[in-house]
Amino acid sequence: MQPDWSAEVHRELVAAGVRVVGYVPDAGHKRLIELCQADTNMRAVPLTTEEEGIGLAAGAWLGGEKTVLLMQSSGVGNLINVLGMVQVCRFPLLIIVTMRGEQGEFNPWQVPMGQTTARVLETMGVAVRQAGEPQTVAPHVHTALRLAFEAHGAEAVLISQQVIGIKSFQEQANQ
Amino acid sequence: MKLRRRDVVKELLRDRKDLLVVAGLGSTAWDITAAGDSPLSFPMWGAMGQAAMIGLGLALAQPKRRVLVITGDGEMLMGLGALATIGVQQPPNLTVVVIDNERYGETGMQRTHTAHGVDLAAVASACKFKRAITVTAELEPLRELVYRAPGPSFAAVKVADEKLPLVLPPHDGVLLKVRFRRALLGESADVLPEER
Repeated sequence: MQPDWSAEVHRELVAAGVRVVGYVPDAGHKRLIELCQADTNMRAVPLTTEEEGIGLAAGAWLGGEKTVLLMQSSGVGNLINVLGMVQVCRFPLLIIVTMRGEQGEFNPWQVPMGQTTARVLETMGVAVRQAGEPQTVAPHVHTALRLAFEAHGAEAVLISQQVIGIKSFQEQANQ
Repeated sequence: MKLRRRDVVKELLRDRKDLLVVAGLGSTAWDITAAGDSPLSFPMWGAMGQAAMIGLGLALAQPKRRVLVITGDGEMLMGLGALATIGVQQPPNLTVVVIDNERYGETGMQRTHTAHGVDLAAVASACKFKRAITVTAELEPLRELVYRAPGPSFAAVKVADEKLPLVLPPHDGVLLKVRFRRALLGESADVLPEER
């Protein structure tokens, strides 16, 4: 049986005291988003664009609360300029990214951003951890949470398309 | 006689008590500084389009405090989606005030979309803000929104398109963050979570 990485990550967020979860939906994040929405100690905040999450996380930190952001790899491209604020203010940041544009991608328009997601993040000062297997997602999130909130780090965990396993429009539509 | 931005912001922040203030980059950051710098102000020097979202994060984290975002029309236009996001969350303690001179003041006074009739208060109203007004003269309704009314509230304040002397806040981002957290959270701002 596959490990339930979404439930494991949710447990990590709870243990770390994360109270705000900003997200732009992705099929790969569906279950984790639902777990956060159902958690009465968390505020799940749907965003119209990923960069709003950076403002949300910065504001919540100014107010003493921890935020984690969930998004798809294409959305990372929307973050570039506002990541400058994260760097210059040393705001803690954790982004959990589900990957598109890798193995099994059916939409060529997802490929350019998917193939540059890690480089874009690193270029803007965000440390990247890549989870290629379901059982490695939660340990990466655990480490990234510590670095973000105890060392004021900017961290991203990239969850490989192999972990999410979506192969076609039809399978996604049926999810 | 058009309102003048520094008068408006000074009146808004008069006797501000424990109000938490976020200012968008450029003129509104200079305006809040001209009214008197405070550790409980977070003036931005970049991240254009994010002032309202920082206000939302702060309002959610500090539900017992009133939070005021003061920003420009150009800055608000860059992040209009934030109004929809705030409308969904309905923070009762958040007010967004746009100081609307219908110009990009830092880049040569080019006309913004509001100079062409785009109505930001109408956008906020359509995004489910509890109150959304356009102010051209009387400032008392504005203070009511910021200090008392259940939000989220929005006001676009139409002001003269004047160039004013710069009054600059500190620009070190870490300093701005740390002084804000210390003033708001006390000593716990500086300790690791598990030490608390």
